[in-house]
Amino acid sequence: MKFYRILMALTVFSLLLAACVPAATPAPAAKGTIKIATQSPLSGGQAALGEGIKNGAQLAIEQLKGPIEALGFKVELVPFDDQAKPDVGVANAKQLVTDPDILAVIGHLNSGVAIPASETYKDYDLVMVSPANTNPCITDRGYLVTHRVCGRDDVQGAVAAEFAFNELKVKTAFVIHDKTPYGQGVAEFFKKRFEELGGRVLGFEGTEEKAAFDPLITAIQGVNPELIFFGGIYDQAGVFFKQAREKGVQAPFLGPDGMDSPELAKIAGEAVVGMHYTTVAGPPTIYEGAKKFIDDYKARFGRDPEPFSAQAYDATALVLKAIEAAIQEAGGQKPSRKAVAEKVRATKDFQGITAVVTFDERGDPVKSKYFVIEIVSGNPDEWGKNPLKKTLELTPPPLTPELKAACGVR
Amino acid sequence: MRKRLSESLLYQALVVPLIRLFVFVAISLLVIGSTILLLAALFNRPVAGGTTLLQFVIRTLPQVAIDGLVIGFLYAMIALGYTMVYGVLQFINFAHGEIFMVGAFIGVEIMLALAIPSTAPLMLIMAGTLLAVVAAMMGSGLLAVTVERIAYRPLRGAPRLVPLISAIGVSFFLQDAVRAIEGLLNNAFYRNYPSFPVLNQQIPIASLQVAGEPVQMQIQAKVLFIIIASLLMLTGLNFVVNATRLGRAIRAVAQDRPTAALMGVNVDRIIMLTFLIGGALGGATGVLYGIRVGRIDPYLGFIPGIKAFTAAVLGGIGNITGAMLGGIVLGVLEGFAGAYLSQFTGGAFGAEYKDIFAFLILILILMFRPTGLLGEQVGQKA
Repeated sequence: MKFYRILMALTVFSLLLAACVPAATPAPAAKGTIKIATQSPLSGGQAALGEGIKNGAQLAIEQLKGPIEALGFKVELVPFDDQAKPDVGVANAKQLVTDPDILAVIGHLNSGVAIPASETYKDYDLVMVSPANTNPCITDRGYLVTHRVCGRDDVQGAVAAEFAFNELKVKTAFVIHDKTPYGQGVAEFFKKRFEELGGRVLGFEGTEEKAAFDPLITAIQGVNPELIFFGGIYDQAGVFFKQAREKGVQAPFLGPDGMDSPELAKIAGEAVVGMHYTTVAGPPTIYEGAKKFIDDYKARFGRDPEPFSAQAYDATALVLKAIEAAIQEAGGQKPSRKAVAEKVRATKDFQGITAVVTFDERGDPVKSKYFVIEIVSGNPDEWGKNPLKKTLELTPPPLTPELKAACGVR
Repeated sequence: MRKRLSESLLYQALVVPLIRLFVFVAISLLVIGSTILLLAALFNRPVAGGTTLLQFVIRTLPQVAIDGLVIGFLYAMIALGYTMVYGVLQFINFAHGEIFMVGAFIGVEIMLALAIPSTAPLMLIMAGTLLAVVAAMMGSGLLAVTVERIAYRPLRGAPRLVPLISAIGVSFFLQDAVRAIEGLLNNAFYRNYPSFPVLNQQIPIASLQVAGEPVQMQIQAKVLFIIIASLLMLTGLNFVVNATRLGRAIRAVAQDRPTAALMGVNVDRIIMLTFLIGGALGGATGVLYGIRVGRIDPYLGFIPGIKAFTAAVLGGIGNITGAMLGGIVLGVLEGFAGAYLSQFTGGAFGAEYKDIFAFLILILILMFRPTGLLGEQVGQKA
């Protein structure tokens, strides 16, 4: 009797469901589900940026899943929270490779997380397209699965050094970094180029301190540099900038794209007014065709896109295209992960919001834009109004065995 | 105790601790500062910035000392919470760092709710801050008592490791509880203390010439405020512990719990009050810490908690004066290591190694004085 009742309830329920679904929608996913995972910090001090990446990918899937659904597959987003921590990112990676429906990963935010996590993706041929990772080793290891749609730190650090030396006309600098592959990496590239240009680096300090920077600030005051470069991310840098200004440090600040969040202004307020940062992701407003994206994003999530949202949208759109091509090549069946990775690598002249992407042989875009932005207001709501001081389009250095060796790959 | 010292209760409870603190500060600074100067003179060489090592040290020494002292005072106040609880229960309350963190959050919520304009007169800002400190003291004190009642009292009499594990559990629970609450309320679990230009301004103390080097000494207004607040609290605590009936009861329980109970001391009540006082101090410190660093998150209690615990051990755990001394020594050591390590080692070891260096010194001290700087009585307890 009980069985009969359950059956009846099920029948009624499915009838109801059928009544709700308009007749015009394509046939329900007969061939299974294709999942795209995101990995970015959804909690912690960098959650704002990580959430922006997840939302960008989500919007892309919602808007662009049509062609794949028409081929008979359901498309889903599976967001993972890597907490900006390498161990969590790797644990997530090990978990997500076991789901055969996941064919691509969009992420991460932090290079220090992406590099170890992508070792796992590599073993399972799972393609990763990063919207934000700038450390050279993301692609310099020469894996088939690793890609990015943004620029690189070796170029970015050099751009910052040239801007400091040639345009800010400073001859001495104090360099601080956060001891992560991202922060330390970009700081070292800055230092290298700055010294090549003839500048002098008065100090090169790594710190994981997030609260009390007094000893460091006093040491800086002791050598009195003309510029302070912070290779790191806004949640730490903001506190430092604020305390440095409060203690009377007058030198201008400069930083990489880790500074790119209104949170920086929220933490540091007036202390960051007048500072510059370089970035690989300009504010969405500067890209042609981004207006629709910004409007859609606002309508969908009720807030402005974060700095890497548009890049995440592009990365996802590009992956969806590649999956579609791979399905067609597989004769309408679900493609293998390797086939998807190969299709992603073969991307040519993909028209995204932020760039026209053609991948080179290691997964870098053949040309990337680099920007220098000035912060003009300590009010977080006016972050979008920070003016662009400079735009450059540069190619990455050629992949040499030395670059590969620098990433620990022989 | 000789007669003339104990002539006046007030003298003994208020003036003596202040003098003692002053002596500690002076000795710590003298010993560490002159060691640094000596080292700088011995290994003098040109450093980055166009000066020599000695010039660099002379120029920055006073400022580094002040910064180190402030950190030291904060450590000292947290360390008091560890040491008092250890005194009465012989147990390390590892959740104390989180009590401190909760205080910082109560304070920031009060300050943000008050919404004092950043250009408000100093008196108004002070009043608001005072309110935040008092609220944090009450909140953290009550929380500490609740934690004792729920997580420690049922385990009284169990082997010592058991409440320790319970404390670690409480500390995780509190971190994530605050994270969850703040996340639900504000969609972000870190908060920024409001910033007041009046409190941020630098007050010049002195500007002199030492060996032809300009030496600037200045202190931030809010740091001055923190120092005064911590001095007040440290003397207040000394008064409570050494000059009141409650203090006598606390000392009695610390010395010998069963005998104190036989003498009519309500042991449970005294333990509760110890947690209340320790928690309140921790909460107040949380607010002061938050004001100083600006940005707080639910995990901020961990590192200061560990350092304060170390300070308590360094001073001799269970000894209130020792906790203050330990905090000051640790803070100053850390400040000096952070500012000078890089220049002294030619960039080989940067400020990032300051904790390693500070803890190395601690291990050395503890090797020669295992009971801590002032901890003679530890051996008597068992």
